[in-house]
Amino acid sequence: MADEKVQTKLLDELEKGPWPSFVKEIKKARKVSPVCDDLLGQLELSYEEKVGHWKHGGIVGVMGYGGGVIGRYSDVPEKFPNVAHFHTMRINQPSGWFYTSNALRTLCDIWDRHGSGLTNMHGSTGDIVFLGTKTDELEPTFKELTAAGFDLGGSGSCMRTPSACVGKARCEWACYDTLKMCNDITHEYQDELHRPPFPYKFKFKFSGCPNDCVASIARADLSVIGTWKDDIQQNDAEVAAYAAKGLDIQEDVCGRCPTKCMKWDGKKLTINNRECVRCMHCINAMPKALAPGKERGATLLIGAKAPIVQGALLSSVLVPFVPADELMDTIKELVSRVWDFWDEYGKNRERVGELIQRVGMGNFLDAIGLDPIPEMITAPRDNPYIYFKDEA
Amino acid sequence: MAAEPVKRITDIGPPNYEQFLHPVIKKNYGSWKYHENLAPGVLCHVAESGDKIYSVRAASPRLLSTTTIRQFADLAEKYCGGYLRWTSRNNVEFLLDNPANIEPLKKELLALGFPVGGTNNAISNVVHTQGWVHCHSSATDASGIVKSVMDALYDRFTHEDLPAKLRIALACCLNMCGAVHCSDIAILGVHRRPPKIKHDILPKVCEVPTLIASCPTGAIRPATVDGKQSVEVVEEQCMFCANCYTVCPAMPLNDPENDGVSIWVGGKVSNARSAPKFSKLAIPFIPNEPPRWPGVVDAVVNIVEVYAKNAKKFERMGEWIERIGWPRFFELTGIPFTKYHIDDFRLAGTTYARSTHIRF
Repeated sequence: MADEKVQTKLLDELEKGPWPSFVKEIKKARKVSPVCDDLLGQLELSYEEKVGHWKHGGIVGVMGYGGGVIGRYSDVPEKFPNVAHFHTMRINQPSGWFYTSNALRTLCDIWDRHGSGLTNMHGSTGDIVFLGTKTDELEPTFKELTAAGFDLGGSGSCMRTPSACVGKARCEWACYDTLKMCNDITHEYQDELHRPPFPYKFKFKFSGCPNDCVASIARADLSVIGTWKDDIQQNDAEVAAYAAKGLDIQEDVCGRCPTKCMKWDGKKLTINNRECVRCMHCINAMPKALAPGKERGATLLIGAKAPIVQGALLSSVLVPFVPADELMDTIKELVSRVWDFWDEYGKNRERVGELIQRVGMGNFLDAIGLDPIPEMITAPRDNPYIYFKDEA
Repeated sequence: MAAEPVKRITDIGPPNYEQFLHPVIKKNYGSWKYHENLAPGVLCHVAESGDKIYSVRAASPRLLSTTTIRQFADLAEKYCGGYLRWTSRNNVEFLLDNPANIEPLKKELLALGFPVGGTNNAISNVVHTQGWVHCHSSATDASGIVKSVMDALYDRFTHEDLPAKLRIALACCLNMCGAVHCSDIAILGVHRRPPKIKHDILPKVCEVPTLIASCPTGAIRPATVDGKQSVEVVEEQCMFCANCYTVCPAMPLNDPENDGVSIWVGGKVSNARSAPKFSKLAIPFIPNEPPRWPGVVDAVVNIVEVYAKNAKKFERMGEWIERIGWPRFFELTGIPFTKYHIDDFRLAGTTYARSTHIRF
């Protein structure tokens, strides 16, 4: 029996308890591939020794692509020869992570033929992750994937696989078509995705409203976050219905409004839309009564990243509002200017956000040809060290 | 004549999502009117046309076998025409047009070990990284901690009784491929000892100038060791970020006794009410305690429960802490405040208290 091949005393503890168990998943995949036994064995060793046993990836991949495969090797291959190579393939997910059962079965069949039978649904950037195969299985897997209509995602210093929230497919708050935008941008920049051309990674994330369900403002070099320009759509009868059902509109809606732009007199909600910053709180609290306005589009923000190298950054405003129907053209134009400047001035492994920190937002705006506007800052500078230029 | 070589297919990009959309979604695309939360893990979206689509959301361990994915496919075929999706937090969502199928589907999911929940004011699934399952630079495991923490917080996934949303994320090193830096509670693997330089292989596997440039504090300097070109590390300047290891495999930081986990709180990405914010340090270090990480589990459960008891309705973790102030957060949670909590990297001064606004 496969189950007796490897002792997993510590890992067995993680089969207990009500939350779904990844150890159970690895054990299920033993029927698919014997590599899972060695994976369990090596993982058990990590649990005993409190240290990982994977080595740095080498350069592995499929022909003609510079990314999409993460090389992974065991540092104890003599003990666990079946995971001596255990490479990951990133497969570009469909926008919004929508599937049919048939599409999933196709993916499972391909992976069972060529790999470990283990996946991540999904990886942190959004790709379908095929977890663990040998070097000589990469090309055959790729061939079957492309024949089935799937392609690899990004890795390394490329445009990483873009991702999008559920958008107009199932959300009344989507202020632009995130799924289409994500799909179109991914197809537009296939070369940049598969053949790393940049100083470092570049991520797009498309959120349909300021709730930002794909964490665009924290994780994307270019964050595209839906918003609207006109007034919040309001249904007074439904507002009253929420009040009747016990929602404390004064305390929990008006009281939590960041600009205090709304009033509740016990019967009617009055919103001063000119003061509204489109935070979504009142709409989140009363989805049947309030909705984003009709003049919809997106805010473009730039520069988010996790800490490595110079510290974490959130994206900051670049263009406060782009109408939904102009979004594609505006993003393409802007991105070409940003990439040109980054190509020329970015240091090795310097994200766009770090480059902006280093050269200054003012210089960056000059370089990409955008005028500075007060929406880009929380406050003007409070130090007098100004690099005045001789502009006379 | 040789046969024409078969053209290799490349650069086709992802399959178009439209072919995977439920007919009700396709028909009402962009015309949704509002939604209701029918139960934890069950949403009903209503279109302008009056059509309804029901979503049933279940947890997954993210690491899924093809066996389980096929089980999800079976369920989707049985209950919703084969249409399903995943959320940005690794939950699987079944999309139903017939509400009569909700309860039977929930029952089957639960029987398979996949609880339904994670909506509204519940703790949704944990976004996390690979850990010891697949990563070379991890300072801790990922899946094992997530499993242990969520076993303890299971009822918080299946019930929606928190003051607001609560998002937990885990990254097993500072690279943060899970980008945990804006989570209500972030669990972050940390190293605490400088790299142990492998001088024998360094010149063969690393570019020295790239390696030196990789250090954010300039702690790496060129050196000659045993007549060979290598580097040395000014250890007082090392803050254990492991960026050097990312560019050079001869600089490992892994250390069984000194690696572990830090806990961060109060971040968010949503713009609702307050602006998006970073998570802040709550606990600088908890040792790695496989297989069940009791120290991490207790710490996270404590923070969740103190928050649940004290925050007001609609207050996210960070908003609650800003209202009561950090001194009271440390007092209420019983977490000791140390010098490690005070920032000393770039722009550290922006986090010093620069007013006399003090709660006594």
